[in-house]
Amino acid sequence: MSDDRNVSGNKVDQVTGTETTGHSWDGIEELNTPLPRWWLWTFYATIIWALIYTIAYPAWPLVTGATAGVMGWSTRANVAADIVAHEARNEDLVTALLDADMVTLQQNADLNRYAVARGAAVFRAHCSQCHGSGAAGAKGYPNLLDDDWLWGGSMEEIIYTVRHGIRNETDADARYSQMPAFGEILEKDQIGDVVEYVMALSGEDHDAQRAAAGAEIFADNCASCHGESGQGDREQGAPNLADAIWLYGGDRATLTETVTNARFGVMPAWGQRLSEEDVRAVAAYVHALGGGE
Amino acid sequence: MSPADQPQSLYAARVPIFPRRVHGFFRNLKWWIMAITLGIYYVTPWIRWDRGPDMPDQAVLVDLASRRFYFFFIEIWPHEFYFVGGLLVMAGIGLFLFTSALGRVWCGYSCPQTVWTDLFILVERWIEGDRNARVRLHQARWSPRKVRLRLSKWAVWLLIALATGGAWVFYFTDAPTLARDLAGFQAPSVAYVTIVILTATTFVLGGFMREQVCIYMCPWPRIQAAMMDADTLTVAYREWRGEPRGKHRKGAEADALGDCIDCMACVNVCPMGIDIRDGQQMECITCALCIDACDDVMERIGKPRGLIDYLALSDAPREMAGEPPRPVWTHVLRPRTILYTAIWAAFGLALLYALFMRTDLGLTVSPVRNPTFVVQSDGSVRNIYDVRLRNMAGNARLLRIGVTSATPLDIELEGSSGSAAVEVPANATLLQRVYVTATPSSPAASGDSTPLTLWVEDANGGTRALRDTSFNGRNTR
Ligand code: SF4
Ligand code: SF4
Repeated sequence: MSDDRNVSGNKVDQVTGTETTGHSWDGIEELNTPLPRWWLWTFYATIIWALIYTIAYPAWPLVTGATAGVMGWSTRANVAADIVAHEARNEDLVTALLDADMVTLQQNADLNRYAVARGAAVFRAHCSQCHGSGAAGAKGYPNLLDDDWLWGGSMEEIIYTVRHGIRNETDADARYSQMPAFGEILEKDQIGDVVEYVMALSGEDHDAQRAAAGAEIFADNCASCHGESGQGDREQGAPNLADAIWLYGGDRATLTETVTNARFGVMPAWGQRLSEEDVRAVAAYVHALGGGE
Repeated sequence: MSPADQPQSLYAARVPIFPRRVHGFFRNLKWWIMAITLGIYYVTPWIRWDRGPDMPDQAVLVDLASRRFYFFFIEIWPHEFYFVGGLLVMAGIGLFLFTSALGRVWCGYSCPQTVWTDLFILVERWIEGDRNARVRLHQARWSPRKVRLRLSKWAVWLLIALATGGAWVFYFTDAPTLARDLAGFQAPSVAYVTIVILTATTFVLGGFMREQVCIYMCPWPRIQAAMMDADTLTVAYREWRGEPRGKHRKGAEADALGDCIDCMACVNVCPMGIDIRDGQQMECITCALCIDACDDVMERIGKPRGLIDYLALSDAPREMAGEPPRPVWTHVLRPRTILYTAIWAAFGLALLYALFMRTDLGLTVSPVRNPTFVVQSDGSVRNIYDVRLRNMAGNARLLRIGVTSATPLDIELEGSSGSAAVEVPANATLLQRVYVTATPSSPAASGDSTPLTLWVEDANGGTRALRDTSFNGRNTR
């Protein structure tokens, strides 16, 4: 074992003649191989830099917030500025969108792309809670991807629906329809018969005998809205009962529930909450989802 | 008192190195490599290459904005980044290959740090004189002369650094246009920032940090230890021939000495400031300048050259026993180097194959999974696909999109009523929403998942590209 020491009392390794740091692991001692001094200074410089940085920018957490920094820098302000800058850049497109004939919007590729992209953002922020992020809807919330529309799927109809909403009490022009709760009008048996008939209309398995009885009840009570053959009536927002699409479900139990108690889905009037260009944009987006007429 | 008796600090100041001028084969080789590599670096962005209208006419261009990489007749798109990845892998394996055969030749000859440091030392020698003059100047007090020499040296360094940083930005946009913009202070600020950063790093790394970069900042010296073995040809001192070293005077005592006259020439020329006679060291970049220096000395004292030489440590015992070293090819051709070469070549061939097999038409298909399928009012089932079309040709093309599957499926493109074709501009991509529909009672509509192939082809005939995907029926879980 080497036990040489130099003037300052530090151990010196015999083989290399280098001072050791005094650290030893399993009998292996660490030589003191000096690091360059600029490295040390670089390290000090990073510490000073860190101090300057935390003074300049928001950094130190306090009880109710954090130090604001002397540069007046804030992510929130930056985002706000970004948004303003963005809107200024898109001003022409917004003007064009407000003036656009929405029916022929698709012929203006640039504007259409802008409207659909903007509409997608509006949709994700305001509509996806009910209609789903992919617009596929859910029980009671219409699927916007298919070709079935309660109130119409043309660009104009979609804009109207978005602007005024459905069965809300805030907009006098809201789409409004109400199905009576037949539980108070018809007997249980009669409701059962009508349900069998409705299932027959859309080609599902049904009890033919009861359906025949239900046809008469349907003609008397339902046809005025849903049409003779259950094809629905968009003027009144009455659903098509003869297709494969059900808003609340097309099975026996759900239909019985619907006929007995009726449904009353509400959609807000977005014209009161969104800007005109956002209403137009989200309509363009919905129209472009695949079901637009 | 020997140095070992001194207390040592944990931190050491840099010991300045004043490499002496040297002549010889390796020095000339290094001059040539410097001229060629610097020439390539500075000239490449100015080479023009005609690609037709609306296309950049710069031979080598990294177009970050439109995400294209142009290299003469090759144009790399972002989805082909594996070419760059493959080249990086080849560069890595190439480095392994050269290191296992010839030590740190990359470091000694072609590393940018070495090339620019060499250039900076050349300037230093030109302005301040060779080693002895520089040592004297370094030790002298500040005087008008010292200030003048230092300032002029730094000024030239700064000019070189500026040219270095300046050349870099030309790779990223049309060089002549950028040069005009830079001169008129019209260029984008990122260009100026890049130039300033690269100028500063070149100035500091090449002028003041030199060997510190190689020793402390570069990871390669550590990795090379694993790449080299006893058969690697590396710069070494024939200690059995040189020792015991000593000043040759007349008389009998000179006969007892080895060939090394302890003239320190090898130490004085070393840009890393080491003494190769101490054996292999991490710091040595195998630049071979010490070989040139010592060969010069040997010639003057009438001894054979090669006291310091490229040699393999495995040959040392043979040479000590007076036998000749094994031929060079036995050191270079080893299972290890052959394996590296094979891997390197395999990557190269694979990249070449990919290069010549690629088409100028492509598509990627991402099926919309939210929702997985849509039932239409007539009971038919629709799936939606986002198809990204790539027209890599230099002209706009009408591309027809279609679907092939075991069961009949209808295809419809969003926005183009009826037609299943869409025009894609030259050298561009286009995102197209595609609706694929299965009739109500078809197996595809009522089943789980049906395989299908989406394809795209040039409406005027020619290339076709396809992608396999699947169609979700009503039974999809
Ligand atoms: S020892 Fe020789 S080969 Fe190694 S860096 Fe110094 S001069 Fe170059
Ligand atoms: S240059 Fe050659 S002779 Fe001179 S000290 Fe170095 S090894 Fe010895």
